[in-house]
Amino acid sequence: MIDKRVRSMAEAMAGIKDGDTVLLGGFGSVGQPDALLDGLIETGARDLVVVANNAGSGHVGLARLMELRRVRRIICSFPRSQGSVVFEALYRAGEIELEIVPQGTMAERMRAAGAGVGAFYTPTAVGTQLARGKETREINGRMMVLEYALPGDVALVEAWQADRWGNLTYNKSGRNFNAVMATAARTTIVQAHHIVELGALDPEAIATPGIFVDRVLHVPGVEA
Amino acid sequence: MSWTRPQMAARVAVDIPEGWYVNLGIGIPTQVADHVPEGREVIFHSENGVLGMGPAPAADAIDPWLINAGKQHVTLRAGGAYVHHADSFAMIRGGHLDLCVLGAFEVAENGDVANWATSENDTAPAVGGAMDLAAGAKRLWVVMEHTTKDGTPKLVKCCTYPLTALACVKRVYTNLAVLDVTENGFTVVDMAPGVTREMLVAQTEAALVFA
Repeated sequence: MIDKRVRSMAEAMAGIKDGDTVLLGGFGSVGQPDALLDGLIETGARDLVVVANNAGSGHVGLARLMELRRVRRIICSFPRSQGSVVFEALYRAGEIELEIVPQGTMAERMRAAGAGVGAFYTPTAVGTQLARGKETREINGRMMVLEYALPGDVALVEAWQADRWGNLTYNKSGRNFNAVMATAARTTIVQAHHIVELGALDPEAIATPGIFVDRVLHVPGVEA
Repeated sequence: MSWTRPQMAARVAVDIPEGWYVNLGIGIPTQVADHVPEGREVIFHSENGVLGMGPAPAADAIDPWLINAGKQHVTLRAGGAYVHHADSFAMIRGGHLDLCVLGAFEVAENGDVANWATSENDTAPAVGGAMDLAAGAKRLWVVMEHTTKDGTPKLVKCCTYPLTALACVKRVYTNLAVLDVTENGFTVVDMAPGVTREMLVAQTEAALVFA
């Protein structure tokens, strides 16, 4: 019987190692897998590359991971936000590498990785400093920038419902990067608010089919 | 002698026809949604995967799972949909949005826009979806003050701040005027009550054409 549910955080985090690239779901705090982030901190893995839209806030979760000097590099569209004090201090001190990526390019680079596409051309960032040093090419009369796929070793995802095959639904704007990142990592680890019986999810409503998911941990959270 | 910020937002809103799909940036652009004339259906998109976004909820009806790109609580209108980030930006980059309204530091007379960083060595640059929106929407309108607080013109011959996108702004709404970006440069299509041509010229670095 296929059962991707895991019973403990240790089981969820098994195999994460130093130097891994971690895709971290969420947009601000919505859809961010907080429990899995705490689990990642517990593993002690360091020298990580983290891909996330924001660079954390306060001193918890991603900010805590960075504060513990476990993140070598962050790939991010909007690192500066309310309370991103840890990131900003590390960045000013030159103690963390930042790769700033337009938000849509970041999403598409992971979609490409999940879809087996090596690279693509996009009009976003043409003529700006974020295209500096990148190959450009005119396609159908428009200048485009070459961007490479961005695969992860691990994706940490927050879902609303999950079944034992790893089929997932999300809650409203909590879907954000989660559904894209789930496709783009070698190991996709999910924290789900609700575990449901196989067959209980409407096949038309499954946003991430279980083929993209490796492990599911039940983490009941805020109801809404 | 000039439009207030709510009046600027309202001035933008009257120009948005029924049926358009529209993305509003953070700041004054966000206020545009509050000024769409009653009964006119305009569909608002938020880059974090919300299509058909509605107004802010009452304080006792906040849903923590439903935010906009500025991370404020919002609602979903009947007919709205949720998508993931790659699909949301496919809507943006794929030319499916009729309009994007952004704030800016500077707009150049050829339509170049700078709105994401104030220097080459910004302490922690944050681009978000600005470059995708500027390059991807069918048309880009900018709403901003005509000058900086110290009076430096923001409508310029050539941007000095790092660019967000090249030659993509179609129209600019300021506290003083509405200007189209044309082959001949900034063309004034409307002025706030009491604003004169001389005042506008004095507060604009780029040349102005008066239609």
